[in-house]
Amino acid sequence: MIGINQYLVVAAIVFTLGMLGIILNRKNIIVILMSVELILLAVNINLVAFSVHLHDLTGQVFALFILTVAAAEAAIGLAILVTYFRNRGTIAVEDIHQMKG
Amino acid sequence: MTAGSIIGHALPEFVLAIGILVMLLLGALGGEKRAWLVTELAIGVLGLALVACLFEPKSATLLFNGLLVDDAFGRFMKALSLIGSIATLLMAMAWFRRRGLDQFEFPVLVCLATLGMMILISADNLMTLYLGLELMSLALYVIAAYARNDARASEAGLKYFVLGALSSGLLLYGASLIYGFAGTLSFVGIAAMLHGTASLGITFGLTFLMAGLAFKMSVVPFHMWTPDVYEGAPTPVTAFFASAPKIAAIAITLRVVSVAFPGITGEWRQIIIFMSVASMALGAFGAIGQTNIKRLMAYSSIGHMGFALVGLAAGTAQGVEGVMLYMTIYLVMTLGTFAAIIAMEVKGQAVENIADLAGLSSTNFPMAFFLAMMMFSLAGIPPLAGFFAKWYVFVAAIHAHLYVMAVLGVLASAVAAFYYLRIVKVMFFDAAGATFDRASLTLRGLLAGAGVLVMVFWVWPGPVVAVAHHAAQALMQGQKP
Repeated sequence: MIGINQYLVVAAIVFTLGMLGIILNRKNIIVILMSVELILLAVNINLVAFSVHLHDLTGQVFALFILTVAAAEAAIGLAILVTYFRNRGTIAVEDIHQMKG
Repeated sequence: MTAGSIIGHALPEFVLAIGILVMLLLGALGGEKRAWLVTELAIGVLGLALVACLFEPKSATLLFNGLLVDDAFGRFMKALSLIGSIATLLMAMAWFRRRGLDQFEFPVLVCLATLGMMILISADNLMTLYLGLELMSLALYVIAAYARNDARASEAGLKYFVLGALSSGLLLYGASLIYGFAGTLSFVGIAAMLHGTASLGITFGLTFLMAGLAFKMSVVPFHMWTPDVYEGAPTPVTAFFASAPKIAAIAITLRVVSVAFPGITGEWRQIIIFMSVASMALGAFGAIGQTNIKRLMAYSSIGHMGFALVGLAAGTAQGVEGVMLYMTIYLVMTLGTFAAIIAMEVKGQAVENIADLAGLSSTNFPMAFFLAMMMFSLAGIPPLAGFFAKWYVFVAAIHAHLYVMAVLGVLASAVAAFYYLRIVKVMFFDAAGATFDRASLTLRGLLAGAGVLVMVFWVWPGPVVAVAHHAAQALMQGQKP
């Protein structure tokens, strides 16, 4: 029987993968954007599972709002990425070091 | 509740939201040549919202089924945020025009960010908290990268975006755990569920939630974006980042811990104490080696957020009052300092090294004098306002028996005084360098106004203190649903 615990474990694993994707990633920024989506989806799994478990619709409404905001966030992230690429000609993570200290 | 009374309670938000739509329409129809008109309209709309904020409600009122709350505390912090936004637009107009960046999008984005802050400040539910936070952050990501042909600005925008998105993810994960373990998203509802010791799920959720909020306040250990973003972003945008969003972030942190989690003070207090002490220390030591004044202000703001959190760690109404007064005085000092930094231009080129201020007292004495007053005030030297800001939070901490914390805070403030005084020394005792261009009347007015305010605060602090006292009491007594 699959209960709330299984869903929470899956969400925690997906969340951790997303975090690791951001922290360990040395290649390029698109991967970071994908990791951010992964984190948001992990949160959605959590919310929907809790919502069903609690017999309360609020969690699902929240999940819908998160999906909407995530779309806007990805659009803005890609736009900033494009301006960055135009200026520097690279999107490799290790090249982002103009400012230090 | 009738539609009329809802509009009455959320009047500042409605004014701003409708104003933004009008500005967008005007800008989209008129194109580039409307930029000036839209900026002036934006200042007008923000001013109207500020006036609407000043009419305080008699008691806290829940709106939209408890998604938003309208209370004296919210009105106070909203007014501060609006003042920060208005000052930013006043400072930014001429600066962007000289660089050919005066498009109408900038004022619209500043207003959108401000609307996000206002929703964030009056959030009474984790869902509204998230939506307000994102409305604010999405607009801020864009304006950080606003100078789109400048490699440093786009790098600042990119860094801010990546770390900001990560922090929203942390905050949301925390919110989802709190929802699951408390069974509700409403702050009042969460408070009703929590007594004595918290379950593991709530503790985890609270930690993630605080991590997300700490990022927006830029306190240690989530401060790493601050110096880079402050340095890379266009200077008026940096002034905005240092003022309004910080106030909104501090306000919602105060509201979350005192409305949603008063039952488990022990749990969040540890987090706040750690963040506060670490920020004060990092702000003090990190700034010492800096040569760029915007970077120095970044470390300075990290330190100041640490000082403000001292009041929050006290967890009493007095502490909340201290934080509110701290943020008021911080806003004045920051805006004044940034007015001076924006005025640092030699032959139309912006300069931002501390060494460029050398000998300012002989070339432009009023600017050197007022900037020195800002530095003394940021360092917390009596009788300037910055001293009283620190006084209010430390007294609250001592009343809450947080003696060690108060001592560490005073030590950090003594270390921080070193780099503020170094700037004064450079301005008054070093040989004069290049003369700055004559600053616009707005910048001179803002700097002088802020300078006078910090100098005469001690004469008559009564009104501000009384309003903050009343608002803090209202917040701590909690709301009746």
